[in-house]
Amino acid sequence: MYQYDNYDQAMVDARVEEFRDQVKRRLEGKLTEEQFRPLRLMNGLYLQLHAYMLRVAVPYGTLSGKQMRMLGHIARKYDKGYGHFTTRQNIQYNWIKLSDAPDILADLASVEMHAIQTSGNCIRNISSDQYAGVAADEAADPRPWAELLRQWSSFHPEFSYLPRKFKIAVIASEEDRAAMRLHDIGIELVKRDGVVGAKVFAGGGMGRTPMVAPEIRDFVTEDELIAYVEACLRVYNRYGRRDNKYKARIKILVHELGVDEYRRQVEEEFAHMNTLGLNPPREELARIATYFADPAYESGLSDEIDRTDPDFALWLDRNVVAHKQAGYAIANISLKPIGGIPGDASAEQIELMADLAERYSLDELRVTHAQNIVLPYVKKADLYALWQELNEAGLGEANLDLVTDIIACPGLDYCSLANARSIPVAQKIASRFADNGKDADIGELKLKISGCINACGHHHAGHIGILGVDRKGTENYQLLLGGSGAEDCSLGTITGPGFDENGIVDAVEKVTDLYLDQRQDGERFLDTYRRLGMAPFKEALYG
Amino acid sequence: MKILTANDLTTGDVVWWAGDGWSRLLIEAIDVADKGEEIGQREEIARRIIGAYVIDGEMTDDGPRPAHIKDRIRGLGPTVRPDLTSKPEAGDLAKWVI
Amino acid sequence: MADFFFLRDDAPVQEPAVSIESVDEQSNATAVRIEPGDDARALLPFLGRIALVEVNFPAYTDGRGYSAARVLREAGYAGELRAIGDVLVDQVAYMRRCGFDSFKPNQALDDADVAAAFARYDDVYQKTVDARQPIWAKRHEVA
Repeated sequence: MYQYDNYDQAMVDARVEEFRDQVKRRLEGKLTEEQFRPLRLMNGLYLQLHAYMLRVAVPYGTLSGKQMRMLGHIARKYDKGYGHFTTRQNIQYNWIKLSDAPDILADLASVEMHAIQTSGNCIRNISSDQYAGVAADEAADPRPWAELLRQWSSFHPEFSYLPRKFKIAVIASEEDRAAMRLHDIGIELVKRDGVVGAKVFAGGGMGRTPMVAPEIRDFVTEDELIAYVEACLRVYNRYGRRDNKYKARIKILVHELGVDEYRRQVEEEFAHMNTLGLNPPREELARIATYFADPAYESGLSDEIDRTDPDFALWLDRNVVAHKQAGYAIANISLKPIGGIPGDASAEQIELMADLAERYSLDELRVTHAQNIVLPYVKKADLYALWQELNEAGLGEANLDLVTDIIACPGLDYCSLANARSIPVAQKIASRFADNGKDADIGELKLKISGCINACGHHHAGHIGILGVDRKGTENYQLLLGGSGAEDCSLGTITGPGFDENGIVDAVEKVTDLYLDQRQDGERFLDTYRRLGMAPFKEALYG
Repeated sequence: MKILTANDLTTGDVVWWAGDGWSRLLIEAIDVADKGEEIGQREEIARRIIGAYVIDGEMTDDGPRPAHIKDRIRGLGPTVRPDLTSKPEAGDLAKWVI
Repeated sequence: MADFFFLRDDAPVQEPAVSIESVDEQSNATAVRIEPGDDARALLPFLGRIALVEVNFPAYTDGRGYSAARVLREAGYAGELRAIGDVLVDQVAYMRRCGFDSFKPNQALDDADVAAAFARYDDVYQKTVDARQPIWAKRHEVA
């Protein structure tokens, strides 16, 4: 994985000292809260429902064992012993003191991590495919491109006070595991005549006006990528709406201009910007790429796995994914124990995962947008030992992509923007389906819950989505069907009137029962929904 | 009753106006009547707190009870982590906040 | 504390600035003010006679002025480029990177804080219009 050189280290170190100074000036009264707010946000520090919350960037979701251990250390030393992995491959701490924040950033910098631009109206953490570099279906490794963009976007002087936040994802497979087209800019690396380049999508997003990003450029080479993305951002910075924060994302600009006009303006700006020497030389991408070269895989490893233990065999079938290298596997650690809090991990669990990465996965972990953890380089021969240790620590849940593997935002239990709690709904649904045993029968079903319209829980992109709303002071939950954040990207449709907390659990069971009854061979819930349409599901719910 | 709440500037802790200063316990919140905004502004300028706002509530046998679920959760802590709330032994917390 | 910061070798332009709409008809105007919604490119035909462009930041959170500044520098404008309005110490370094070389904040800034802000980062990740060599260029400098 990428390692900082002296330049990178100096940048994050300077940032820590800058923020230390800003906090000092805030506490001394030289900065008002209004002046300080965007500064702390650009260092990941929010004021949440109960306390300050710190969001730490995990660039493109990749972590070393040492970095993961530091995340555990921070949870223990500065927080209440746990952290929450988010849908943007970051980690959040819920109970941070403002006075500790500079020290936390310094601890992070000591392991080449930071919280830079994890909030604010700027370019956020670049997200990517959690199987980057180990998936068999890649055109190229997306991580060097993501790192190039990370450096370019960090402390960008022109684009730090954008109309609104700006999220970029980079993938390189036809199978989209990063919800790429639901980003402000989505980049898919493709190969054309043997050359790798970027297919660019712009104007996707969720929130209150969800949109699937249209393609704006079919191919940009590495030689022109930065100038092209700068052009996309400049058009947005100049013309994105600033009169209404709910209409300020780039998706609204692209929608209002029309994709052709937005594309035309970008191309015009690009023609100019591409002459300014903004693009790093090829040597720079090549330099970064050396850090992502394949590890020294052992050859001659066996592909045999002893499946005698039925619990292990189940985990193997559900949580372990094919690796591009013979003898190796990709192991998913579910952070969705039945009845648990989706995405939460204790300091001890985080440290254990760090240990396991060092011992079994060539010192590397990935965070997924579905709030799980991946060990990307596990020898098949080690899987059983790995699983036993995971299982003992409550990390062995065999439910990847099942109805119990729920994405949920923190909701009203933690978030000051939320209208309803998300986590208790996730817990009740997971428990219901684990208890009645239908989870296994249903198979792949992506269920996503947001506690408000901002859609941090990706409810628009769930095969089944749930949106918590405030109905006259009580929590109410709307049901959506038919969304997908994958390569078959689509937005869910609201079924009709909402439900209370128990009612929404029943509703999910009703629509899945209909699916079990109506499905044809090999159909997932989503496929059946797409074939049948909304009407029979509505009938099952309200008829 | 009118309750004044905010977060401690330095620690971020949820605090409630208790008459002679801020308390971390909702049960100590007093009725600020129409003085909430003024106290909140004064305290923000004094750099003790941020994000002050006034809420409606009622006095119950159990102490002050905010009118809105969001503030009840603020007063209690996350309902999904009873161990981190102000009523770790109280049993079904969801019932209290709803 | 100071309410004007000037980073150029020449002297500050004292002319009152006209609006971008009137720069065409006021053919002797040498100073112009750009508001956030203005198109900086509309100024390009007149740059030959302009010695001062003021870019107004009514609120520091409105970042359009950064693009306006770069657009002008990229077009070759070499005169004074002044950030005015809600200009705060934590934004001046980014403004400078976008081509501003004078600053007239609404509220006076601490000189030491401003100096510290300019000196904070030894290096930069992007090429802009401030002639600083980005990190990627230093990494691949031909010896």
